Amino acid sequence: MSLRTPIGRARGLGSAKSGLHHWWMERITAVALIPLTLWFVVALVGLTGADHATAVAWLQTPLNAILMLLLIVATFHHMQLGLQVMIEDYIHAEGLKITMVIVEKLASFGLAVACGVAVLKVSFGG
Amino acid sequence: MVEFTLPKNSKVGKGKSHPAPDGATNTKTFRVYRWSADDGENPRMDSFTIDLDNCGAMVLDALIKIKDEVDATVTFRRSCREGVCGSCAMNIDGTNTLACTKAIADVKGDVKVYPLPHMQVVRDLVPDLNDAYAQLSAIEPWIKTESRPPDRERLQSPDERKELDGLYECILCFSCTTSCPSYWWNAERYLGPAILLQAYRWIVDSRDDHTGERLDALEDPFRLFRCHTIMNCTQTCPKNLNPAKAIAEIKKLMVQRQG
Repeated sequence: MSLRTPIGRARGLGSAKSGLHHWWMERITAVALIPLTLWFVVALVGLTGADHATAVAWLQTPLNAILMLLLIVATFHHMQLGLQVMIEDYIHAEGLKITMVIVEKLASFGLAVACGVAVLKVSFGG
Repeated sequence: MVEFTLPKNSKVGKGKSHPAPDGATNTKTFRVYRWSADDGENPRMDSFTIDLDNCGAMVLDALIKIKDEVDATVTFRRSCREGVCGSCAMNIDGTNTLACTKAIADVKGDVKVYPLPHMQVVRDLVPDLNDAYAQLSAIEPWIKTESRPPDRERLQSPDERKELDGLYECILCFSCTTSCPSYWWNAERYLGPAILLQAYRWIVDSRDDHTGERLDALEDPFRLFRCHTIMNCTQTCPKNLNPAKAIAEIKKLMVQRQG
């Protein structure tokens, strides 16, 4: 129950003057993921039944390593942006929302770095 | 906040049943949501079976007939009965629409009539639209200019006028806004499709000089960007307008001005 006027509630804290960048990056990463995901699926199918040495050799070619890293960056960036939107949609308790957004951002970044290191380790013959 | 359990007193019960008049052969049953703050009861669905041979063609005709002849306490808004005032917006047969332009013949089986979804109910089929109207005020839906008023009307080219087609026809019935899941979860911060279509109507008006300020006011993770292109708005609009496209055009203008 609040005695604030409806127009006061509607105007609220005013415009954040942001949100476009978030939305735009969601679109750009989505566009990037179309060819990258197709490439990845085709490559995985091509490696079906291959032994470990073949798979390592595949990832050691510069083009495959580069595309793998791009796929990881696009996937985790897109995932981070999307999860944040879901949290903002459904979680309205301010403290819990902020906490979940921080955890979600750090986890996405951490997972992306871990995947990237794995690719680099294999591709540089670790 | 999304709620997975219903608040107290919101479980809808079975209500009274009013049978068809004697001798009626062409009948249809209307199941109507009833709730009043006065009696402390849970909401209920009353059913009214009426004689279609003695009733107009639209759902609103049936509601008026029920109110006139069966139960005078059935409460709903209506005015123009021809789809230009927007008063009789309600949820009929699972879709938000205007009772006055929804043909009874288009509904298979019983006609279920509920108030617009996810708004506070004042009584029966009357939703509380105060906050939605306040959101309309907040986007300042009037012309704002920097130039001196001309002696005559402000001119537009035919092409400029054409930009307003598909926008000026909106009657603010809020069928679209109350069909939008993003509005259900975040009505206090998301403006919703009806208001964003109105905002775009002023953004594209060639006579308005405050386009940039209007975009500034909308650029917000909640006010505009809660729209996830679900498209319920466009699907449900009883005037066949396209609020989802208007929202997309606002986003495109924001992209355009940043680079």
